[in-house]
Amino acid sequence: MATGFDPSGRLPAVFTGNTGTSSFTDFLSVAAPELLPGRRALPPGFTADLTHGTTIVSLTYADGVIMAGDRRATMGNLVANRDIEKVYAADPYSLVGVAGTAGVGIELIRLYQVELEHYEKIEGTMLSLDGKANRLATMIRNNLPAAMQGLAVVPIYAGYDLDAADRTRAGRLFSFDVAGGIYEETGYDGIGSGSLFAKSALKKRYRPGMARDEAIRIAVESLYDAADDDTATGGPDPIRKIYPIIMSATADGAVRLTDEESGAVSEAVIAARRDQPGG
Amino acid sequence: MAMQFYASPEQIMRDRAEYARKGISRGRSVVVLTCADGVLFVAENPSTALHKVSEIYDKIGFAAVGRYNEFENLRAAGVRMADLRGYSYDRRDVTARALANAYAQGLGAIFTEQPKPFEVEICVAEVGATPADDELYRLTYDGSVSDEPGYVAMGGHSDSITSVLKQGHRDDSTLAEALALALKALRSVGGEGGAPRQLPTGQLEIAVLDRRRPSRAFRRIIGNALATLLEAADAITPPADAPADTPAEAATETPAEGAAESPPAAGNGGNGGNGGNGSGRRTKRNGNGDTTPPPSA
Repeated sequence: MATGFDPSGRLPAVFTGNTGTSSFTDFLSVAAPELLPGRRALPPGFTADLTHGTTIVSLTYADGVIMAGDRRATMGNLVANRDIEKVYAADPYSLVGVAGTAGVGIELIRLYQVELEHYEKIEGTMLSLDGKANRLATMIRNNLPAAMQGLAVVPIYAGYDLDAADRTRAGRLFSFDVAGGIYEETGYDGIGSGSLFAKSALKKRYRPGMARDEAIRIAVESLYDAADDDTATGGPDPIRKIYPIIMSATADGAVRLTDEESGAVSEAVIAARRDQPGG
Repeated sequence: MAMQFYASPEQIMRDRAEYARKGISRGRSVVVLTCADGVLFVAENPSTALHKVSEIYDKIGFAAVGRYNEFENLRAAGVRMADLRGYSYDRRDVTARALANAYAQGLGAIFTEQPKPFEVEICVAEVGATPADDELYRLTYDGSVSDEPGYVAMGGHSDSITSVLKQGHRDDSTLAEALALALKALRSVGGEGGAPRQLPTGQLEIAVLDRRRPSRAFRRIIGNALATLLEAADAITPPADAPADTPAEAATETPAEGAAESPPAAGNGGNGGNGGNGSGRRTKRNGNGDTTPPPSA
């Protein structure tokens, strides 16, 4: 344990004091600050060749939200990882994806998952969807110093709002900028180096209130188009059976499509492209 | 300047222990027991907002009796410690044993150093892959920790409750059977003149560490799920409206197969009538006035 124990051996006061904080990040900053992400003293002007690049798209549909991300991590012109996972369930009803420096991003997601779970266990109730989005924005804001030195991370967040008055609009989507700004999106959004291409594809295909299969299909199509034009985004790899990560969040919770399901959609997209390469 | 009177350390400790024990025995009881489906927590708790049973981590649950603000503090500390350890290492590295040790240290320090000990008794439970891997730790006000074999009863009348649990507890019982046993144990104490009492649904806080759930095992049983489970439990051991059935007989009941029978004790002591048929089920009686369960499906 990082902090000093007093001789009686009991847990330090920061553990027991009901200081009113249910935030795991705030607790860490007192109890074990070296575990916080972004605690890196880098020399100024340091730009490492760290793993970068991605495309992640997210869209709302009839039952909730879908998020899909590619599997490639690049280091300069090299493929650093072929099957990296960039889309995670932040908690049982929401999804988070991250673009930018892979190591920092994944650490951030991990901390965010613990943050949400911690709040729920301490308080006995889950945060509202807006509260969760705000917490994520705060974490990004705290990462700004590291971002300025080249370790930038940008997330995308989507979830099913259990408190939504209108159930057809319960799927909600938030985008962020590197300074920690938070923007609620309607319809669809994407992040990463290939996001411009993916969003152009979605612009033509997206309709509000689509069915699940159709929503998944256009998400995979948009990732395919992004991979077509951006070398830092990986398309589906039928040889190795590496397919995009596709997750959905609905009233029944956050679910990840199995490799078989994701594979089936990707193979269908590839087959259709044989006749019409532009989709 | 007031003259300091000497009090021997034994006296001080004894007084503190007495104080803490009294405080705890005033409280309502909590029962924790293992079964085939996981670890079941049953607490007598009239409040729906203030919980005696809580989640600590994926496979670890927490139950306490005594002073609410004191054990609430300990609960929050446990959650923080578990999350910190799980974040620094891995989720699988969080164990109930480490948590129980930390609580023992804390409670022991408070008992010796603070003017007033914590009037709390805590159970930390971890669910494993099989009932044999389940761990139940009981921690008392002075920091002593013990590894309990399959069931823990805390609070007022814990000795009588423990003896009921001891007779009926089996590692391979279903959730409904375990709940039936727990309710029987809780109902057997605190009634008027030793008679069993009713425990309405609103007075119960029930949760389970579900063995089959992949990540977070803790699950509160509320609403319709609670009603269904209570029905199943009452089918196994109906709450007796008549004078108490003896624990020994009730413990030898076979598990229900849907259509359950009134306990044999309903016919005891010539109370013949339908005293035991509170649930409205028919019991076939032969000429001797004994009750013979009709052949069930």
